[in-house]
Order: sequence, then structure tokens, then C-alpha cells
Amino acid sequence: MMFLTVGNELPFDRLVKTVDQWCGASKQHTVFGQIGSVGEEGYKPVHFEWEEFLSPQAYQDKCAEAELIIAHAGMGSIITALEVSKPVLIMARLAALEEHRNDHQVATADRFSQRKGVFVAEDEHILIEMLDEKSCRSGNMALEQIEPYAEERLIRTIRNFILS
Amino acid sequence: MIPVKQKRVLAIASSGGHWVELRRLRPAWKDCQLIYVSTSKSREQELIKEAEEDGTPLPVFYDVVEASRWEKLKLIRQLLQLLIILLKTRPDVIVSTGAACGYFALKIGKTLGARTVWVDSIANAEELSLSGEKVAGCADLWLTQWEHLAESNRKGTLRYEGTVV
Repeated sequence: MMFLTVGNELPFDRLVKTVDQWCGASKQHTVFGQIGSVGEEGYKPVHFEWEEFLSPQAYQDKCAEAELIIAHAGMGSIITALEVSKPVLIMARLAALEEHRNDHQVATADRFSQRKGVFVAEDEHILIEMLDEKSCRSGNMALEQIEPYAEERLIRTIRNFILS
Repeated sequence: MIPVKQKRVLAIASSGGHWVELRRLRPAWKDCQLIYVSTSKSREQELIKEAEEDGTPLPVFYDVVEASRWEKLKLIRQLLQLLIILLKTRPDVIVSTGAACGYFALKIGKTLGARTVWVDSIANAEELSLSGEKVAGCADLWLTQWEHLAESNRKGTLRYEGTVV
């Protein structure tokens, strides 16, 4: 199963639609999507099951169950994928397409592209290629599980401040 | 100096990525009296689960209404909810990773005498978030997770001390 998530805030039709088309064409993959509040107008997938939002527990469970996580380039989605050591394929929201108020997700995607297990699709075409590519949806990618905590230095700085 | 166990820390972030980042800082307030605030009631579940698993006391949890910068009425409601929570809990220290609710909490908390920490989200690589920028005057510890942003801060009050991931 692949878990598609667009995060807690805005819908992301371009990502959802691309995955839906790919899913319809390939016919051999199961996807579950958390697609945000699409309302009346937004794109609703026809080739896979979806919910607008999931409870934190259900979200965790889907991440743990998935062999690949497909996500917008939001920190919550990326960190959660790393915490459960699952490969994550991300596409950034673009301000020019009114998918977010600015292009900060492009910078986020850039930064995390060097991490093992994080794959960045610059656009929908590359996303489809990457979805097709075996390497990136293999369930037995050996990924290190990251610590559930921030860097030691940051924690120490804040703790010292609290205790001072 | 007040002993750790009597330090009251209020950790606040909106639900979603900000919350995920905030929670990764939790060793920083280990053993303190803890109050968590977020914009979704559902976040309490993971706190309950964690307290059960670790055998630690369940932190106090409050939820406030979710509000984006365009939703003026909701923002006012959120502000009032936070005022009540802060008056009731009177934390010594407030820590936030964003967004609007964290900004309000630091702003009100500061006037009530709390010491304040802002950790701007790692998602803001090119410039600080809007709340992160506005919170400058009332954050005693004002942090970015991007070294170049700290370096280009003219007053030198914005610091880089590592990242959440």
C-alpha cells in the first residue's frame, strides 16, 4: 500500500490527480489518500480510497503500513516518514499555481533531497516516472530509523534556558 | 533557582507540521510541569499514549480554535482562549514552533511575566515565517533552524542552535 498525504491544511489537486491517474493506469497498486478539505470543487480520486483528514493515530498507522509515502513537501509529512523509516516521495507546492502562499516547500524539498529515502519530484511528469521506478517503491529499502528527538544541541539550548 | 520539577512549561504549536517539530523538542522539558496547547483536540491521544508507555504523568492539554491569518474572528477567539489558558496556568516558560497560536501565546505570556522561546519551523529556509518575524520583540530566545538566516540577522538576536531533524 502507498500512502498519499497532503498535510493538515490545503488540498493539493495537482499531486492527488497525478497519483490518481497513475493508479488508474498501472492498476497494480493500492493507494490510500489523505487529501485535505477538497469541498465541492476539489479533485476527488476515483482509483483509490481516500479521506479528507485522519486522526493522528490513523495517520501514524497508515504511515507504518505503507511501503511508500507520497506527500507534499511539508515538514510534518517528511519527518513522520523518516520517523517510521519509510521512503517518501515528495512534490513541492508552488506559489505560482496558488498551492501555497510562497515557495518555501521548494526549499524544503531541496534540503531533504540529500537524505536517504527521500525522493523529490520536481513536477507531475517526474512524479509519474518516479512512481514507475521500482527502486523507489521497494518495501525492503534499508532505511535508518531517525531518533524521535531534535538535535542534541537544540535540546540542550532550550533546556538550559528553561532551567536558568 | 527553581527546581526542575517546579518549573512550569507551556509548549504550544498548531496541529500538523508545527506540532511534529515541537514534539521533537520534548527532552528539553523533561520532568517539568507540562502544559501542551494545540489547535486540534485529537493531539491529546498521542500524549495519553506516551504517558502510558513511559509511565510518566499525563501533561495538561488544551485545544484552541484553528485560525489562519485571514480568519479575523477565529483569530480573536483563539487569542481569548489563549489568554484564559495563560491566566489559568501561569507558565514560567513558553515554547513554540508556530504558527499564529504560538505567536499569541508568546505575546500574551510575555506581558504576564513568562520567559519565552520561539523556534521557527525548519520549513522556512529562505526567510522567517510571518509569525517568526513578528514575534521578535517578545521572544527571549529567538531561534531559526537555518544558519544563514541567523547570520544575516542585523541585530544578531536571531540565533541558530541546530535543527529538529
